[in-house]
Amino acid sequence: MILETKHLTKKFGGNIAVKHVDFSIEQGKVNAIIGPNGAGKSTFFNLITGVHPPTEGQIFYKGEDITKLPANKIALLGMARTFQTTNLFEMSTVFDNVIVGHRLRTKSNLFDAIFRTKRLKEEEERCKEKALEVLEFTGLANVSDQLVANISQEEKKRVAFALALATDPEIVFLDEPTAGVNPDETEELSLLIKKMAEQGITVCLIEHKMQMIMSLADHIMVLNYGEKIAEGTPDEIKNNEEVIKAYLGGGSVSA
Amino acid sequence: MKLLNKRNIIILLILLAAAFPFVIQNQYYLHILTLAFIWTIAVYGLNLLAGYTGYLSLAHGGFFAIGAYALGLLTVKAGFSFWMAFLLAPLITMIIGLVVGLFALRTKEHFFAIYTLCVGYIIYLVIDKWESLTEGVRGLIGIPAPEAIGPISFTSPISQYYFALVVFLLVVLVIYRIIHSLTGRTFIAIRNSEELALSLGISTKKNKLLSFVLSTFFAGLAGAMYAGFIRFIGPEIAYTTITFDLLTYMIVGGIGTFAGPIVGTFLIVLLSQNLQFLQDYRMLIFGPLLTLLIIFSPRGIVGFILMQYANWKTKKKVITSKGHVKEG
Repeated sequence: MILETKHLTKKFGGNIAVKHVDFSIEQGKVNAIIGPNGAGKSTFFNLITGVHPPTEGQIFYKGEDITKLPANKIALLGMARTFQTTNLFEMSTVFDNVIVGHRLRTKSNLFDAIFRTKRLKEEEERCKEKALEVLEFTGLANVSDQLVANISQEEKKRVAFALALATDPEIVFLDEPTAGVNPDETEELSLLIKKMAEQGITVCLIEHKMQMIMSLADHIMVLNYGEKIAEGTPDEIKNNEEVIKAYLGGGSVSA
Repeated sequence: MKLLNKRNIIILLILLAAAFPFVIQNQYYLHILTLAFIWTIAVYGLNLLAGYTGYLSLAHGGFFAIGAYALGLLTVKAGFSFWMAFLLAPLITMIIGLVVGLFALRTKEHFFAIYTLCVGYIIYLVIDKWESLTEGVRGLIGIPAPEAIGPISFTSPISQYYFALVVFLLVVLVIYRIIHSLTGRTFIAIRNSEELALSLGISTKKNKLLSFVLSTFFAGLAGAMYAGFIRFIGPEIAYTTITFDLLTYMIVGGIGTFAGPIVGTFLIVLLSQNLQFLQDYRMLIFGPLLTLLIIFSPRGIVGFILMQYANWKTKKKVITSKGHVKEG
């Protein structure tokens, strides 16, 4: 277990977005969180990656309690994430946008900047090498010197992946990585996600596209109204009564 | 070849600036250009924070005044030498900037702008009302010129011009290095998205404060230069109009561009000198021009040129790559 949550709960005022969720992520696997709109998936992500502090419960990363750490410290531990929409600097090249991704592994400060010290030059070189490496990995090498404003939506998604990978993560959280791209591109992106897992990076993603999830994920958790209603392999989830009810609507519950 | 060109242009500009007092022997123009160098330094500070880090501070004029009054008070009232005061003034501004920044940076966007607008106004009020310290509306008179260093004296307008030019060039160099370093990239990442910067392991709190304090340093430095050059200062230099003048220079030149502060400041300072016969009706020309500029090129004159250049470059690339296809 690389990451574990215990009784994780988040309340926004009287609204309980995430309720007592126990979840664990297996190292090297593709883990998925699914659920109808408003089920608390994104909030759950935000709790794990330190964007919001949880109201109750604990998060353990490799046995270490990270519940109270801010997002930037969590990133330093080797947890990276992407967002549903990534704000990149449109007027700059793809390559320039990705360089800062490795900043957290460098130490240069203002003094180094003003006097252009050896340390700064070395670290800049390292960041650039890292950027080239992750652009190559994500299949963006051919657009690396284009302005972000001129690349496609799917390529922007890849840039977000590249940025996350540039932080040297052991685990990446992908928040709807294929939202807003067409079926062919979705296929391409899921191949990239598989490739990440093959490299030994643990993946955890939120997704709506069932077909994709079922073929991609090793382990799935289903959230509904902030509660975990099912967990297991794709086959187990497909045949789970609760899940079918949550998705198709049944009784008083409707998606 | 292209890099050489760029370097040559910069060397040519520096030579032009250095030769200016000998070519055009007009004291008045010398005075205006010296002031333009000083304003540009302040605008660079604002650009670092607002343009590169995404936090629009409207207290910038206030920090400019703190630098000016620090130099004035240290020399006139405390009897410090000019150079000692000149070193201390930006540092004092920075310390006050640090304290203000700790509170101001708890806010964002519009709220940050409004908060700093209030801070700027409070700085003005303190300077205006604390008569026992600042002499209030009477202003501080008799600020000494810089003392001679060896054979170099700083009393003539020409020497003041060169003094301002040298400090200006140093500031440009330092800003260039900051922006083109990992620290600069960190600022830009914060401007693009704080959420994303945090997820990339960047301490946004620390870096925002750094950028804020740096911006106040340059404001204070410019203020100290101004006080040493004009040698008389009154509370009006802390007024919000100074902040908005600096803001206009930055926006016209190009917010978040490296050459923007120079282009904007020199253009507007020289233009408004030449349109002085129009008095306040100048604003009838500036207002609509500024509005048009913001609608059609939000990143100012320099931003517009950069965009055209980038478009031209991609077009050229598309044409050459098509050529390759034909060849293949």
